[in-house]
Amino acid sequence: MSALGRQRWLGPAMFLPAILYVVALVGVPFVLAFFYAVGDVKVGSVGYHFVGLANFKSVLQSPAFLRALRNSFVFTICSQILVLIGANILAIALKNAFPGRRFVRFIILLPWVAPVSIGSIGWKWILDSLYSVINWVLIRMHLANEFNPPMWLGQPTLAMMSVILVHTWHMLPFATVIILAGWTAIPKDIPEAAAVDGARFFRRLFQIELPMMLPIINVAVLFGVIFTFTDMTVVYILTRGGPYDTTQVLPSLAFFTGILGSDLAEGAAISLFLVPVLAVVAWLMLRTAHRAEVT
Amino acid sequence: MAIVQTRKLTKLFKKGDPGAVVDVDLESREGEFLVLLGPSGSGKTTLLRMVAGLEEPTSGEILIGGRVVNDLTPRERRIAMVFQSYALYPHLTVLGNISFPLKAQGTPAAERQKKVEWAAGLLGIGHLLARKPRELSGGERQRVALARAIVREPELFLLDEPLSNLDAKLRASARTELEQFQKRVATTTIYVTHDQVEAMAMGDRVVVMNKGSVRQIGTPAEVYDDPADTFVATFLGSPPMNLAEHGNVIVGFRPEHFFPVTHLAGDTAVPEDLRLDDRGGGPYLPLRFRVSHEEYLGAERILYGGIEGGPFDGKRVISRMSSTHGARFESGSLHAFAVREQELKFFDREKGTRTAAVPLNSGGEAGGPPSPSDSGGEAGGPPSPPDSGGGPGGPPSPPG
Amino acid sequence: MRLGIRARQRFGEVVHWTVLAVFSILLGFPFYWMFITSFKRGPDLYNLKNNPFIFNQKPTLEHLKLLFNETLFLRWLGNTLFAGIFVVAITLLLALPAAYALARLTGRWGGRVGIAIFLTYLVPPTLLFIPLSRIVAQLGLQDSLWSIIVVYPSFTIPFSIWLLMGFFKSIPRELEDAAMVDGLTRFQAFIKLVIPISVSGILTVVIFTFTLVTQEFVYALTFISSAAHETVGLGVPVFLVRGDVYYWGSLMAACLIASLPIAVLYNSFLDRFIAGFTVGSVK
Repeated sequence: MSALGRQRWLGPAMFLPAILYVVALVGVPFVLAFFYAVGDVKVGSVGYHFVGLANFKSVLQSPAFLRALRNSFVFTICSQILVLIGANILAIALKNAFPGRRFVRFIILLPWVAPVSIGSIGWKWILDSLYSVINWVLIRMHLANEFNPPMWLGQPTLAMMSVILVHTWHMLPFATVIILAGWTAIPKDIPEAAAVDGARFFRRLFQIELPMMLPIINVAVLFGVIFTFTDMTVVYILTRGGPYDTTQVLPSLAFFTGILGSDLAEGAAISLFLVPVLAVVAWLMLRTAHRAEVT
Repeated sequence: MAIVQTRKLTKLFKKGDPGAVVDVDLESREGEFLVLLGPSGSGKTTLLRMVAGLEEPTSGEILIGGRVVNDLTPRERRIAMVFQSYALYPHLTVLGNISFPLKAQGTPAAERQKKVEWAAGLLGIGHLLARKPRELSGGERQRVALARAIVREPELFLLDEPLSNLDAKLRASARTELEQFQKRVATTTIYVTHDQVEAMAMGDRVVVMNKGSVRQIGTPAEVYDDPADTFVATFLGSPPMNLAEHGNVIVGFRPEHFFPVTHLAGDTAVPEDLRLDDRGGGPYLPLRFRVSHEEYLGAERILYGGIEGGPFDGKRVISRMSSTHGARFESGSLHAFAVREQELKFFDREKGTRTAAVPLNSGGEAGGPPSPSDSGGEAGGPPSPPDSGGGPGGPPSPPG
Repeated sequence: MRLGIRARQRFGEVVHWTVLAVFSILLGFPFYWMFITSFKRGPDLYNLKNNPFIFNQKPTLEHLKLLFNETLFLRWLGNTLFAGIFVVAITLLLALPAAYALARLTGRWGGRVGIAIFLTYLVPPTLLFIPLSRIVAQLGLQDSLWSIIVVYPSFTIPFSIWLLMGFFKSIPRELEDAAMVDGLTRFQAFIKLVIPISVSGILTVVIFTFTLVTQEFVYALTFISSAAHETVGLGVPVFLVRGDVYYWGSLMAACLIASLPIAVLYNSFLDRFIAGFTVGSVK
């Protein structure tokens, strides 16, 4: 169209502002993070000195960092496994219409919609050392000792479990919605054909329906990994990284070091360790996106 | 022994939803190719799905192999089904698709291999075993669906419009292959279609359905030459049967039985090249036909026009003849045409069902009792042998 | 153990409702807990002998009164609304034309930029917040709502572009072609034709952008330090304490108010969102 040809500048003119804005606020800081990590920047410092990999070396030798690295992986993997199983079960329960489905969906979505900080503080109250309702129930059921109840946020192992629990709780609705969309994409007659072919419920589920949904389940899991691995809010609010730094994760450690501890360079170095994991996830997602389009 | 039987089978949906089935009695014969034919919404697919166990009947019974299967899951009914879309499992290879039913019933690997090879060989797809469904053409996918259906050697095949997704050229050859395939494996087959050509070509018997009920069950010849009501009469045959109201009956005659003639001193004579086999002979009813336009279809000619004078004065009718008859029919010209009286079918004007022949007079009024010489070849014909368990569509016995 | 079809169906129904009940309780309980804590009298709340699941004394509004009268909660709600409106405005201003351009005008580029947009999501706030804290300080925006108003669009814009592209692609091209034959320029067609048609999609984007604003925590925590300038998501869990004491009643009331309205809005637009997102992915 001649109108298009004459106005070939219109397209770029329309999307450049958005692109520039995002590049400025994402790309520039991203590059800066690398510069900080190889420099000696602190809050309020004026000059810049290149220190090479010194920050990275000191970070890698710090036991707090190694524990935080391990925790990041443990929390993410455990919560994502729970989310995967839970979201699939829940999606199957939600895929067919039933009375009250809208209401159930509203309830199910609450953990995802409410700000994660709000949900975390809610859980902090539920897991409170003195007044935890969970402990009240356990004590009444004689599964816990009234004078020495589980310290959900005070003992290292329990605290880790609590963090995993809150992450799972927060991510479950998101994964469920995505997997539900995957269910509606399966043509109705394929499960029927499988039923006629003699497959009962579980065989149909594991050999026909779930394999067909694999690309979408992949997407849900990978997004879940990103959101959980890079999240600092749950740890910050629930445990502040405690007890004694046993529940620190990479992002929260970066925050404590870089912002509260004013050592921007070391904080940047810590947070850059997120990049390899994110790069692998990005590569995996682009690969499954390809396969999803082919089918 | 009947392989499939239904007794008063009914399925009702919410008000206004199409596809209901009302009070269907059906009985198939072993090894036969039974076609369920009808327009969309006639309930034929719903009926098929109830037999398969994918739809629960509102009332009535379904029997397969003599046992009531209402409470059995599809798996337990030992049937095989081919869906309109073929429903191939996209993530499995052709081999995986065909062996899936065998895996589901626990067949050991060695035997599975043999059966898959047999089924694939039967349908000529042995070379496609490693491919995925998305790499196959429409015809190949259909054959994979058939192989998957046959591999378990079921008692019953159910086919839901398997040819409608193929393009026209492919459809004809696929149809022939399907017929031969069914004859070879000799499994009782129920086949759903809305295409009456398919039904006539493939079916041993045709079940004509409309709005949930069965109108007639019979061989292709029976439903075509001896329709039980006006619906069957007009649904089968293209162009459809000519229908004309006359008093309190409707008279019908097929376009191919309505052709030009010459009058020789009061007798009607049929041109040499239109004189076909002797289907019993009998007198002709002469009709004056004013042609309005003609369609030349290559092998056939279709003439559209109206009748002038006589019992059907003013009615629009269609004539159909082979193109080998070379006479010209100018638009607007009047010609002498005729129908053999024994080819006239009579239907009750209110209910549409077949009824006895009545004499026709030019005034358009139904006359007195039929003359003896006519009752032999008229509506209803000789009583047909007990057929399909006496469904509501059987032709009435001749007038007593 | 061959049960009849009916028995199997009933068993399936029991399992179905059990699964729904279990998940509803697991996911929804914290909100019930927020609700009941908000209205329980102090002595009832902190009495370990009482059944915590019910009101043992009559419910009270004292926590709510405390929340609204003696804390900055209302101020935070106002701040969140203020920031939200500006962020939505900036986002729409930049994302609408960008999404349209990518959906219509740029052919092959559309796909590549789509991937680039998606890649920006892989650069999380917890990586960028350190450099950004310094940039914000150097711009003099620290401890001000303007810091987040400027920074938030960096993640709301990509999301909105992706969503809007889906909506725009579902509008037939012929509409704009007809308008241009009638004499409008493409930009005019965009403003006068496409935008009015997409009101429902735009509204969906507005709602989702606003919820993204309310849910954000990391940047808010990093950039804003004084209590008066905080948003709800930051203030409630971090600053709603007196000394070192958590006033759980008021705290939970604040949580409830901070989550339920958003949840209602989100839910009413979710179907449209899913429609947009599945359209967008079926190129």
